[in-house]
Amino acid sequence: METPRPFSLLCELTYRCPLQCPYCSNPLDFARHKTELDTAEWQRVLTEAEALGVVQANFSGGEPLLRTDAPEIIRHARGLGLYTNLSTGGTLLTEKLAGQLRDAGLDSLQVSIQDADAENSDRMAGGAPSFEKKIRAARLVKSTGFSLTVNVVLQRHNIGRIESIIALAEDLGAERLELANTQFNGWALKNRAALLPARAQVENAAAVARAASERLKGRMEILYVLPDYFEQFPKPCLHGWGHVFLTVAADGTVLPCQTAREIYGLKFDNVRERSLQKIWYESETFRKFRGTDWLPEPCQSCPRREMDFGGCRCQAFLLTGDAAVTDPACSLSPKHHLVAEALAEAGTNEKLIFRNAVESLQVS
Amino acid sequence: MTPIADTSKPRLAGKARLKWDAVREKHLLLYPEGVLVLNKTAHDVIALCDGRRAVAEIVKTLASQYATEANTIDGDVKEILQRLAEKSFVALNE
Repeated sequence: METPRPFSLLCELTYRCPLQCPYCSNPLDFARHKTELDTAEWQRVLTEAEALGVVQANFSGGEPLLRTDAPEIIRHARGLGLYTNLSTGGTLLTEKLAGQLRDAGLDSLQVSIQDADAENSDRMAGGAPSFEKKIRAARLVKSTGFSLTVNVVLQRHNIGRIESIIALAEDLGAERLELANTQFNGWALKNRAALLPARAQVENAAAVARAASERLKGRMEILYVLPDYFEQFPKPCLHGWGHVFLTVAADGTVLPCQTAREIYGLKFDNVRERSLQKIWYESETFRKFRGTDWLPEPCQSCPRREMDFGGCRCQAFLLTGDAAVTDPACSLSPKHHLVAEALAEAGTNEKLIFRNAVESLQVS
Repeated sequence: MTPIADTSKPRLAGKARLKWDAVREKHLLLYPEGVLVLNKTAHDVIALCDGRRAVAEIVKTLASQYATEANTIDGDVKEILQRLAEKSFVALNE
């Protein structure tokens, strides 16, 4: 099989963030990776990515707007003809900065909120007041002329307020609302017993999201990311490892996805040492789980193997210690009992470990 | 969703952008966190969704491009528009 070319590059401009969400997708040891790529290095990464076939650059973090050169980096991406999308927590967005991002050619802006109201949203983001700033940012996104996506991670504490969350996104004039059930890797896995919802909550939320999606068709698109612990089959993670996505982390490490550096034993290359092209095509890590030849049983003989590619490699590793086995979220996995056991523990722990540098150094 | 009217004036959504991908030699529709690889007809339809042309005019323009009769492509064009509208890639302004 010919090696596919990536469509999409995620640029995690920084691991620094003013918020401390306990389900952050950054690695647990983020505080140990300090040396960020500079402006010229990011621009070179984007140029190499475009030549490799990337048509879309997503900028996130940490909080990408902590990088004062974000508009400059985005301008370069746009100059290459890439579709550019920025995901921000919103707290640092000013009218001036929104104007700079627009002038840089940014195509789309996504603002995360943690819940439908200030008290709960602020608590989940680590305690400091952020909700009001996020709402101001979302309105600023609209008044600057951007298309607005509101991102919300669903978990035990906010999933019951999904109707209010949808109403808030409508009120903000969002074109898109992404309701993503927590993926239990990294920080979220540390906090799983406190964040995992009950099955009844998940079923209710799915019904509400479905009805709202139907009602708002043509006005606001609702993307409901399924909670894989409650599904029969795993997610088609990344549409396959090293297939259409790649991530460059703040320190230049190149990853198949943003959580992959949690898989111990894999060696990840850095754009400071090798070109993106060489890494994509030649690195052992990108080739390891590419395609379907590597799939273990029961995946190898499964009719769904081209649909889900065995699920998530990070989840397989984090739950079983082996990244090369079937994602335990699959009901056909011999390790599926691990998920059932986790579901039984849902809500048994209320204490959250917030994502900050002190915790990062302690837990990693 | 109601059927596509001849008088509605479809416009490509602000979040979406057409791109010719020189590496793959394909027309693409790019949008937040997604890419649609387009066939030629879908691309040609979207390229005319400027919010000023009515559907009937789009059909007529394409018929002349393809050297065919409007009524032979009318159904196909409307089906493409319907699918794009359902995904909010085009807004159907009346």
